[in-house]
Amino acid sequence: MADFLLFDEEFHLIKDVISRLKTDAQAKVVFVVDKNGQQIAAQGDLESLDTTSLASLTAGNVAATDGLAKLIGEKEFPVLFHEGERDNVYIAIVGQRVILVVIFDEHSSLGLVRLRVRKATQDLEKIFETIQRKIESEKDRKDLDSPFAEITDEDIDSLFRE
Amino acid sequence: MTFINYAAREINCKIVYYGPGLCGKTTNLQYIYDRTNPSAKGKLISLATETDRTLFFDFLPLDLGTVRGFKTRFHLYTVPGQVFYDASRKLILKGVDGVVFVADSQEARIDANIEALGNLEKNLKDHGFALATIPYVLQLNKRDLPTAVAVDELFRQLNFKGEPTYEACAPQGTGVFDTLKAVAKQVLMELRKK
Ligand SMILES: Nc1nc2c(ncn2[C@@H]2O[C@H](COP(=O)(O)OP(=O)(O)OP(=O)(O)O)[C@@H](O)[C@H]2O)c(=O)[nH]1
Ligand SMILES: [Mg+2]
Repeated sequence: MADFLLFDEEFHLIKDVISRLKTDAQAKVVFVVDKNGQQIAAQGDLESLDTTSLASLTAGNVAATDGLAKLIGEKEFPVLFHEGERDNVYIAIVGQRVILVVIFDEHSSLGLVRLRVRKATQDLEKIFETIQRKIESEKDRKDLDSPFAEITDEDIDSLFRE
Repeated sequence: MTFINYAAREINCKIVYYGPGLCGKTTNLQYIYDRTNPSAKGKLISLATETDRTLFFDFLPLDLGTVRGFKTRFHLYTVPGQVFYDASRKLILKGVDGVVFVADSQEARIDANIEALGNLEKNLKDHGFALATIPYVLQLNKRDLPTAVAVDELFRQLNFKGEPTYEACAPQGTGVFDTLKAVAKQVLMELRKK
């Protein structure tokens, strides 16, 4: 399977989209993770948040729900919503491999979040299509200065030195 | 599927610990968590039953350091080993970069090991991977138990393709970091090939 590569240009485009979404939806936090649980970008009040754990659990949640969907003959559940006492989590699937997560409280509403997410999802889909195309074309380029082409045993051993 | 983030100069790799129920997968992660510098690890998340059996997965993010200017992050996962959790087990393999098979050395668990190995092969295949080519390490755990079968015998039954094989006693940490290091090394070497 092809690796997932993220370059500066798209990274900034993604950040722009989610930062706009955060403002427009009056959300606390917006982040994007891939379906394997890797965080791609995040915006908002992240200090008090363990985004790595969030990313992994979100992906687990989506994976489990995808499994459920298939069992009952649905393609997927494109939106998941968890309502809390104070904070709510709205999860939307973008394209095939990406998950958009919005955390919001009483300063916003489900209706507003749903509306803004719809637009942001479209923008993100376009960006991820570009990324996909780039990954495809990188595959044939032998001259891409991959930082790992020259990786040595030494480099790897050094990672495990205490 | 390695995630290379050129923007943040990070690489993220996913390693999955597989094996039959109670073989010691979660114990491996717990030991790694306990012995890793706080600055190099995130939270250990365990989605488990009330009796501490893994229900969905354990998750431990590790920052191993920098290679060629890139931060290397390993996301370690365990699967639930109990046979009837197969649907969840399969989900965890999505996008995996390297697999550790933790075998239970006890005589009574030989069949369970073989069944779990077959299950791994099948589930990898369903995701488009092959056990023959994926970075892979075999760990023979519970070497401390008196009922442990001889290493030669286990090797013959379970070694799939000459993969690196380590004897372990996970609660004491014997073989735990050797195993992790061996699989991480293969995963990073894979990046060189690409
Ligand atoms: N004696 C001995 N006990 C071990 C060893 N490794 C694990 N155990 C014990 O075996 C039991 C099960 O270990 P876990 O790590 O929870 O097993 P698991 O593979 O995660 O099991 P599931 O989550 O059900 O798939 C625990 O009581 C561990 O302490 C070992 O090397 N020697
Ligand atoms: Mg477990």
